[in-house]
Amino acid sequence: MNIARTVDCKGLAEYAGKLPNVAVARDYQFTCSNPGQEMIKTDIREMGLTRVVVASCSPLMHETTFRRTVESAGLNPYLFQMANIREQCSWITENKVLATERAKAIVRAAVMRVNVNESLDVEKIPVNSNVLIVGGGITGIEAALQIAESGKKVYVVEKEPTIGGYMARFDKTFPTLDCAACILTPKMVSVEQHENIELLTYSDVVEFSGYVGEFKAKIRRRPRYVDEEKCTGCGQCEEKCPLSVPSEFDCKLGKRKAIYRPFPQAVPNVPVIDREHCLYFTKHICKVCERFCPHHAIDFEQKEKFVEVPVGSAILATGFDLFDASRIKEYGYGKFPNVITSIEFERLTHASGPTAGKIQLKNGKTPESVAIVHCVGSRDQNYNEHCSRVCCMYSLKTAHLVREKTDAKVYEFYIDMRAFGKGYEEFYKRVLHEDVTFIRGRVAEITDVAQNPSEKGKLMVIAEDTLLGMVRRIPVDMVVLSVALEPRRDAAELARVFRISRSKDGFFLERHPKLAPVSTAGQGIYVAGSCQSPKDIPDCVAQGAAAAANVLSFADKGEIELDPTSALIDEEACSGCKICVGLCPYGAIGFDEPSSRAVITSVLCKGCGVCVAACPSGAIEQHNFTNKQLLTEIEAICS
Amino acid sequence: MNRAYDKSTQLVCKALDIDLAELNDWNCCGASAYMSIHEMKAHLLSARNLALAEKEKKDLVVVCPACLTTLTKTNRYLAEEPRLKKSIGASLKAANLQYFGSVKVRHLLEVIVNDVGEEEVKARIKTKLSNLKVAPYYGCQLTRPFGVIDDKEFPSILDRLLAWIGVEPVNFPLKAKCCGGLLMMTNEDVALGLTRNILDCAKQNGAECIITICPLCHMNIETYQGDVNKMFGTDFKIPTLYFTQLMGLAFGFSRKELGIDEEMVPSRPLFEKRLEVVG
Repeated sequence: MNIARTVDCKGLAEYAGKLPNVAVARDYQFTCSNPGQEMIKTDIREMGLTRVVVASCSPLMHETTFRRTVESAGLNPYLFQMANIREQCSWITENKVLATERAKAIVRAAVMRVNVNESLDVEKIPVNSNVLIVGGGITGIEAALQIAESGKKVYVVEKEPTIGGYMARFDKTFPTLDCAACILTPKMVSVEQHENIELLTYSDVVEFSGYVGEFKAKIRRRPRYVDEEKCTGCGQCEEKCPLSVPSEFDCKLGKRKAIYRPFPQAVPNVPVIDREHCLYFTKHICKVCERFCPHHAIDFEQKEKFVEVPVGSAILATGFDLFDASRIKEYGYGKFPNVITSIEFERLTHASGPTAGKIQLKNGKTPESVAIVHCVGSRDQNYNEHCSRVCCMYSLKTAHLVREKTDAKVYEFYIDMRAFGKGYEEFYKRVLHEDVTFIRGRVAEITDVAQNPSEKGKLMVIAEDTLLGMVRRIPVDMVVLSVALEPRRDAAELARVFRISRSKDGFFLERHPKLAPVSTAGQGIYVAGSCQSPKDIPDCVAQGAAAAANVLSFADKGEIELDPTSALIDEEACSGCKICVGLCPYGAIGFDEPSSRAVITSVLCKGCGVCVAACPSGAIEQHNFTNKQLLTEIEAICS
Repeated sequence: MNRAYDKSTQLVCKALDIDLAELNDWNCCGASAYMSIHEMKAHLLSARNLALAEKEKKDLVVVCPACLTTLTKTNRYLAEEPRLKKSIGASLKAANLQYFGSVKVRHLLEVIVNDVGEEEVKARIKTKLSNLKVAPYYGCQLTRPFGVIDDKEFPSILDRLLAWIGVEPVNFPLKAKCCGGLLMMTNEDVALGLTRNILDCAKQNGAECIITICPLCHMNIETYQGDVNKMFGTDFKIPTLYFTQLMGLAFGFSRKELGIDEEMVPSRPLFEKRLEVVG
């Protein structure tokens, strides 16, 4: 009783039956059901119908359904028109008279319009089954392995000299306290060894042209100054190199050589020479690595190279960057040496980190008290409004590790405790019993100005304890800031290269937040992992696999169908003003200089109609939305 | 001692060729307190001043950060909130006034540093204040909540000006922390505690003198220094001057003209031997 609640359907059917060219008009409930569809098919066959109109719900609901119905009865699907007498009629008024009158107008318009509809054929284009994956962290690794296993070729482009992403830097992962490297490195090795995966590290994508099924990626391969083919990863060069510099992998807390592998299990296990510090590049001396390399793999003459690969689709799995805590002056990060970030703590506690896993202050002593601060740069109008999802859990992990390795008192300053995943609440409960003091309050300030002798040399953490209703001022030795996960600093550039949108928070925009989390508005380009929004490792892996499934669904078919409702330029009428070229949001309109005419690449056209409306010469029309069709509809409504 | 702020401000502005005209028929802005009690009426007080200033086609310069905050809030919210604009507009109309939002509200310190500039200030120095170590005290309302004039937590605009006139601003971590403000009237213990922290910090960092830019901060730090000592058993004796008084000294004006020696914590010992006439 959806539509019939306000619209007189029987009267409407009678009215429709009397309209020009209408051979039959039926009042039927649930036309979209199987019997309903069968009825339509039978009518088409028996009466030789050449056009069909269904007056019911929104086209978004069942236009596709009915188009398939008429097609299976031998009629071109674009000779079908839907009249929305539900969302745009029955549902918006209680007045039965008005609703019926309006429904009549809508049906009349559809009937007159369908007379001037034209048959359109769906074009099928072949797709290249190669896949490009940008980003070699856990997400990219998962996607790569899934796709490679199905027999398709995968190119993995990673900007660092090694794959592994942030996960390679973690010590233990919540809630199971798995060693991150232990579960990650076998997968990294699988990626390197898989015959269908081509690993391009120390590289980035500079251009990405073409359209779904026929993309071309231009990849810049930066020079390592080490020949990947000859190098065996023996490590002699690293050992002999005389220059040590702060290590980025260790958050500058430890050192590496000028020729280095970011960490011992790097994949590929080939070092890279840091040109900015290497004594040969800066002062033209040394070259010790070249002298000692048993395989003559050092090549100071190596140059940047560009390679072009053809792919049918791409998955962006470029991950995140961490919030710069020095932006919050009140916390003193960068000023007070013992205020550190969560990732710096991760390196401290890591067995192969700069302190061999010992949690210590900058002066080498063990802290007697540690404060952990939640939501640094997250849930904050001044910095990032979003919640970074993983920090509550990694803060609990931090607290656990401090209690496990030291006797320090731990104070955890939180706002909420977001323990949403499998085993997460149980982990929270576990930490609650490990003698950690939880204070519900957002930290206002961290200061070193002592108010009495017992505070000398300490860092005072000031927060309102909202459960007690009083301000706490707690002196500690070390503060760990649980910093927010943000989009990569180069996300804007990457979005430009791949022509995808970003949401307000700067992360890559998914096609639909619930139903299409790994697709983008652009066909053939997918996003997965933390580059779409902050998430934990299980969710990253899930999204990596989801993106792989999406990609395989058309890579396997070998071809895709193009929507025929694209725009068409009348060359005679085009004046070459180029207005449409810049307006097309999908870059589908080019300009042919010799003939001075705009040209539409129909495979890129999404049928949005912007160019149709904008053309001052009226030279562009859209299939299935031609001027004649639209005007006929309007005239019918007004008559 | 607020008379001293007025006197020294007038002299310094005259020396720097800043044309100061007292706003005709100005009213009290209600400062921070009133806005928490009756927001609409507080906005109206500010709006009246803004309307009067607009009529005279001049920017509104204040020497008190509380006035700065109140006037700035009204200025901003009138531009952002159409409903506020409408009701304030109606009230102003009843007094034959209107406000179109064109007035800029500024603190004199910022006008001197940004508009007058280093060269002009240095050119007027007639007296050297040798090696004087000062703690530049900003108070909490110059840079917060808007953070427009300078960094919210660790501003440096006053430090720079002080360096220009030849004194040495010391490291002062509590430079922008609250002194308690009006709490000295309503909750004296709390304000005395806050003031004590500031005095202690200045002392720990070797300051011989505290420089203020706010009459209320000045009162708490200077006039109530004795009460701080009484409550906490401390013996602070840190002379406290307005920035315009110190500038005036550097520009060669006499202590009497600048209202120095009218304060509770005597500053005479500081300057007795330190003033050296130059240029």
